[in-house]
Order: sequence, then C-alpha cells, then structure tokens
Amino acid sequence: MKLIKFTKKGIYCIPGKFYLDPWYPVDYAVISHGHADHSRWGNKHYLCQNDSKAIIKHRLGQDISIESLAYNEPKNINGVQVSFFPAGHIIGSAQIRLEYKGYVVVFSGDYKTQSDFLTTPFAPVKCHTFITESTFGLPVYKWKTEQELQTEIQDWVLQNQQNNRTSVFLGYSLGKAQRMMSLLDGVADIYVHNAINHLNNAITNSGIALPKTTLLTPDFKKAAIQNKIVILPPALLGSKMLKRIPNAATAICSGWMHIRGNRRWKGVDAGFAVSDHADWDGLLQAVKATEAEKVYVTHGSQAVFSKYLNEIGIEAHELKTEFGDDEMTKEGEGKKETA
Amino acid sequence: MKDFSNLISAIEITNKTNAKIEALVNYFKTAPNKDKLWLIALFTGKRPSRPVKSNLMKSWVMEITKLPEWLFLESYSSVGDLGETIALLLPNPENTIEKPLHVWIEELINLKPKTDEEKKAYVLEAWNGLQAQERLIFNKLIGGNFRIGVSKKTLVNALAKLSGIDANQLMHSIIGNWTPNSISFEDLLNGTHINYDNSKPYPFCLAYALEKELPDLGAENDWQVEYKWDGIRGQIIKRKEEVFIWSRGEELVTQQFPELVAAIAQLKGDFVIDGEILAIKDSAVLLFNDLQKRLNRKNVTKKLLEEVPVGFYVYDILELNTIDLREFSMEERRRKLEELFQQETDELLQLSEVINFKNWNELDALRNEARSFNSEGLMLKKKTSLYHVGRKKGEWWKWKVDPLTIDVVMIYAQKGSGRRSSKYTDYTFAVKNEDKLVTVAKAYSGLTDKEITEVSKWVNKNAIEKFGPVRTVKPELVFEIAFEGIAYSKRHKSGVALRFPRIKRWRQDKTVKDIDTIESVKALIDAN
Repeated sequence: MKLIKFTKKGIYCIPGKFYLDPWYPVDYAVISHGHADHSRWGNKHYLCQNDSKAIIKHRLGQDISIESLAYNEPKNINGVQVSFFPAGHIIGSAQIRLEYKGYVVVFSGDYKTQSDFLTTPFAPVKCHTFITESTFGLPVYKWKTEQELQTEIQDWVLQNQQNNRTSVFLGYSLGKAQRMMSLLDGVADIYVHNAINHLNNAITNSGIALPKTTLLTPDFKKAAIQNKIVILPPALLGSKMLKRIPNAATAICSGWMHIRGNRRWKGVDAGFAVSDHADWDGLLQAVKATEAEKVYVTHGSQAVFSKYLNEIGIEAHELKTEFGDDEMTKEGEGKKETA
Repeated sequence: MKDFSNLISAIEITNKTNAKIEALVNYFKTAPNKDKLWLIALFTGKRPSRPVKSNLMKSWVMEITKLPEWLFLESYSSVGDLGETIALLLPNPENTIEKPLHVWIEELINLKPKTDEEKKAYVLEAWNGLQAQERLIFNKLIGGNFRIGVSKKTLVNALAKLSGIDANQLMHSIIGNWTPNSISFEDLLNGTHINYDNSKPYPFCLAYALEKELPDLGAENDWQVEYKWDGIRGQIIKRKEEVFIWSRGEELVTQQFPELVAAIAQLKGDFVIDGEILAIKDSAVLLFNDLQKRLNRKNVTKKLLEEVPVGFYVYDILELNTIDLREFSMEERRRKLEELFQQETDELLQLSEVINFKNWNELDALRNEARSFNSEGLMLKKKTSLYHVGRKKGEWWKWKVDPLTIDVVMIYAQKGSGRRSSKYTDYTFAVKNEDKLVTVAKAYSGLTDKEITEVSKWVNKNAIEKFGPVRTVKPELVFEIAFEGIAYSKRHKSGVALRFPRIKRWRQDKTVKDIDTIESVKALIDAN
C-alpha cells in the first residue's frame, strides 16, 4: 500500500486520511508552517508544531480547531506516526515526518539549512521518500553566513545614519520581519508596521522572546524615526506611508536580491540576499542527508533540481504544487495590509 | 579596486540619474588619477580589446565547479549576464587581492598576447582573490557591458559638476583623441587636446505633438510643412575644416558616420545645420531598426557601410560663416539653407522637402500616405518662428501617423537582460490561422513594471517547456500590439512582416477567441 498520493487538494496520506499543507479545505490538515501558501483557511482540523500554533490562530482565527506537538513528539493518526522536525525556515516551521509500517516519508515544507539567530536550526531526517522544496534550486544561489549578513546590514544602517537617512527594510511580516529584527537588534531603535506588530505580539504571547520594537502608527512623528530603522511589509513599497518617512533609504531583503537584475528591478537603494529558503548547497546537503531512495521536488526550480539529482544518481521527480516560490509576495500581503 | 566596485554597486542599484552623478562625483574626488582616466575610457568606448575569450572562461568555471554544461547554461539564462553568472558560480575566494583599477586593466592588456595556459593561471588566481561583486567587475573588465546605465552624457554631467567646466566641452574632450597613458586627468578636463571653439553645438529646438485642429492654426500660408522622419536628430557642425556631428542626446557621434563627415567636408563655407540622420538605400529611407545597426559601434566596417548606408535630411541652418542665425525667422533660415545647398553636394545630403499645399484638408491624406515611405507623419513649422532653445508651444508641431493595431496571443516568453533579467519581458505573439496559431511578431516593453511582474508570474505557472531561455506558454494572454507598417514577406512564416511592433496594452478583457486572424491582418496591407 502506498503511503502518500498527490491530489488536487494537496499531498494526501492514504492510511492516515489527512493532508499535508492542503490547498483546498479538507477534514484534517497537517501544517508545516504559518505562511499563507502552506497554512490555508477552511480546514476542519489543524495539526502543527507548538511554536506555529499562535501564528496560525492569529492568521486564521482564534476559534479554529488546532492542536500542536513539540519537535520530535510523535502522534499516531490512523496508524501513521506523525512527527515534526525543525525546518529552520521561520519560527515554528517543521518538516513533517510520516512513518507507516517501517516506511518513512518526509515532507520538507519550506526550509533553510543555515542557522539564524531566531529559529530552531534545520535537522536532517533519514527517510525513504523525501519531498523537497527548490525555491533557489540553481547553483548561482549561495548565501552569506548570518554573521556576514549582520555585518553587511548593520554597516548599511550606520552609513545611512551618517548621511542622516532612515533605514527602511521591506520583508514579509511573518518570518522575514522577525529575522531582520534579530539581525538589526541593538544597532538602532526598530519601528515596525502594524501587520508585523500583530504577529510579533502573537509570537511573544506564546512565550517566544523577540527583539524590542515599537509600533509605527499611521500618524508617526517624522522626528521620532529620523535615522532609526523601520520594517515594513513588501506591499508598502511605493506607498504613501513609505514616502512620508523622512530621507528613507530603502532595502529589500529577499534571496532574489542575490542577482543584480533583481536588485535593480525594484528601484530601491539596496538589496540584501536574506532568504529563509535553502541555497543550492543547502538543498543538496539536505537531500543527501536524508539518504532517501526517492525524491520529489516541488515549488521553485523543480525541473532543474530534479534533473541534476538524477544525474548525480539520486532518483528524483518533479512535483507540481500550488506553493508559492516568490519570497516577496508569498504571503499574499496585498491591499489588506496597505490599508 | 574596492572603490570602483563600490561605485558600480552604488550606480547599478539606482535608476535616478542624479544619484548616479553623485556617486561618480564622489568617486572622482578620491580615486587615483590613473583610475579616473580608465573609468572615463571604459564608459566612452575606449576600453582595450578582450584579452580572454568568454568560452575559455566558461570552460574554466565548469572545470572548477564540476557543473554540467546544461546547468551552467540554465544558470546563465536565469541570471542574464555571463560575467555575473561566472562570479556567482565560483566557490568563495581563498585569498584577498587588492590592486587599483588601472593596474588590473594594464595587466589585462598585457595578458592579451599570452598563451591560453598563462591566461588561465592569471584569471584563476584573480578569481580566487576576489569577492563575488569584485569578481563580477573583473569579468566585466575582461569583456562585456557593465549595463549600469551610465551614458556618456551622465559621465559628462558628473565631470561638469566636479570641475565646473561646460558639459558640451567635456563631451568633446572625452570623445576626443586621447588614451589614459597619453594625458593627465586635469588636461583631459581642460581640453588641452581639443579645440572646443570648433565643436561647440547649439541646443536643439523641439516640437510639441499637435493638439489642435488644423484650421485653428490660422492661415495655411503662415506654415512650412515637411515630412517627419524617424532617425537620429543631429546637428552637423563644420568650422575651420573640422566636422562634428552631435546627436540630440548631446553626444558626439562624428566617428559613427564617416560618410557624412566626408560629404560635409566637401562643402564650402562654415556652418551649423540641423537635420535627421537616416538609413537611406537607393534613395529610399529605411526603418529605424536598420539605422540601429549603425549605432554605438566601435568600428564602422566597410561591410556595414554598404549594408546600411546613411544620409542626412537637412531641416534648418543655425549658423553660417560664424554668424548665429537662430534669431532669424524660419522663412529666412530656409532661404539661407537653400542658398548654401546650391553648391554641388553629395547626394547623401538632402534638403528636407517643403510640402506644397493650399488647404489644410489636403494634409490629412498626405500624413496617412507618409507611412508608405517610412515617414512618421508631418512637421508644421510657423514661418516666423525663431530657432528656440527646447520646446516652445505654438511654433513647431509634430503630427504623427496613427499606428496600426491588432489583437494577438502570447505563445513564447523570454527573460530580458540587465535590469530586466529577472522577468519575462520579451514575448512572441501569434494570430489565428484557421484552427492553428501563426507567429506574427516579437515585441518587448510597452508594459508597466507591475504588468511585467504579473505576466512573469503567469509565465512561470503556465510554461510548457522549461529548459533554456525561452518558455512556450499556453496561448491565453491577449495583447493589443501597435506597429507602424505592414508588408507581405517571404521570410516570415505568416507571410507578413510588421514594422516596429510593440505592446500597446494587455487586453485582460479578451480571450484567445477574440484575437485577429491572419486574413484580417493581411487585409491591413491592402488597406494601407
């Protein structure tokens, strides 16, 4: 009997009778992390990692039916042993491990192998079948270490201060915003947009410590934030709020900023390749560490990455999913937040 | 090279010309003089020839990274720039090399005659001593365009801001005859190697698009009407046996058009004339597309001269034998121009024809006919008009032909280059041919950045073929494309060729059922 199958609603566990990060409403959804393309509305029941619970409830409603597990805490669902392992993507992000009659499938969700100052570091899990993302599945993607990024970004802020400019970072409100906070902690006061502030509150209320920030209210005083740091969701690029910030130097933080053409496309003052996804070497390491006999490659460069895996002797298949691969807009952070 | 690398980073990130100028000025304030001279040389087409073939560089990278060729090419097609792809694919450097820009360039010049093995040793050592951004600069120094949007004009404006010297004079200086080893930075700026009195241009007089009904312009007889041409607006100066050609973008383009220089040099007298540089073959004006082949070439080969010969249609005269004529009326200037051209002239130089007409209502038909001989429409100039600086409303009007349009569906998409390398910006379009589709045009631009982003996302989701730079997509997205002309063509599968196709708008209100058919497209040929 097969353990999983790929359906229109998402990845389905046949004996367990549940879905992994489904795209359409189902009875039982096992969720890898809180981003909107993985954690959607309308499911009857949710299962996630402990640190994701507050985030998912914040986004989908306090009244949803949801339970959570610690990392590596097994739960038996219809004979299938389900457990979560750190994915290093955002707070509470998990790889989902399924074991049934000795056969193990791991669904990576989104992950990064490199450690940051905030999330539980990625832990490789041995399995028979591995379903991996491939957002940055090209060998040109090679991230700097967190320390290198910290130096680079803090230097930029200090340089802006010398030029009397306010440093504005654009990054999605769940994940990137908190990561930027951790990279910028201590260099100057950090002001955050309402959407980010809400998430920060949800996260800290569930007992996770975050760097100190101040809410940027719509009627903010220009003098108060001059030379300070502001973090906004990407949808606010070009907005009135951004234009009101005095002498703003704007930076986008996303893995896509690794390529010059992308940095120049957005018309900002700087682009930092800060990604919560694995780079090329990270993807390869992760796949090899699973020792999987079969790999399914999803969202991103699935054609390239699966072809390469096959060439180096790892059986790999492309898998079409509806997970986003655009770091800038993946949350669907649209007008809701600009309003 | 750190300073130069930082300069490039500062320039490439911004699309604001003023920010670019500011970064250049800051660089010029601190860089060694030799580096400044090389920077100017690099951005004015005076760079040394490529010492290492790009294919060799590619093969070394594949050897170092052990990547298969297809993956190298896939990376290249995603990044859109070879020098950058190489810089990103290489492993992190083990050493640190810091040398000034001019030392790198001089070493590269010396590398040119060396053997491939020696070249390899040098390049690999450099790669292993430079961070990704500096490595990219190094690769660009070997060959390739920086694509950072620094035109000669931007450079000149920065130098003008730095030195207070007139920008046009600086333009002449940097275009002039010099090499980084033959002149000092000071002397270059001061123009000791040129005679600016001879080359000094006048600002162009420009026209507004016609926004009135013709009868509202008054009496027909008050107006001089000419055809409008789509080439390079140019000002040709002949003073003291020296010839200079300035483009409207205030660049000196003399060297690009040797046949014009020769034709002008034969004329008697000193003068400054205004007109249009056009590709002209067998007395017929060719398309701007053809003329483009002649632009920004380092060497104008004999073959190119034969393939795309140019001519100059003269509109106006601004100076004759040292007398400034700009305060004279259009009518008087035209008379002086005609007198000047009574001498024997090369047929490359033609006076722009003044159209005879009695009634305003004759002009509309003439305007629409203009397309058939590659004219863009008509120019209406008041006979009393002076040659103004820039635009002055009410004196000169341009009245262009309306473009033709059809609705088409996108079938292929390809990523752009440079700033556009992350997005699908180049599209191929088709119309219906019974129950099949047939390609009619390729076009890019015309969409907003936001629309391009949206289309790119759609392409990512709806690509049928995934390898290489071109994506075959489901025929779903409908666009209205505009073009200047249409003709039967044996070279095209569809049997028609469009002139200057470009995207007019994205018809999100239409589906593939609503697009034009090849019959309706061909019907346009007979109608025009």
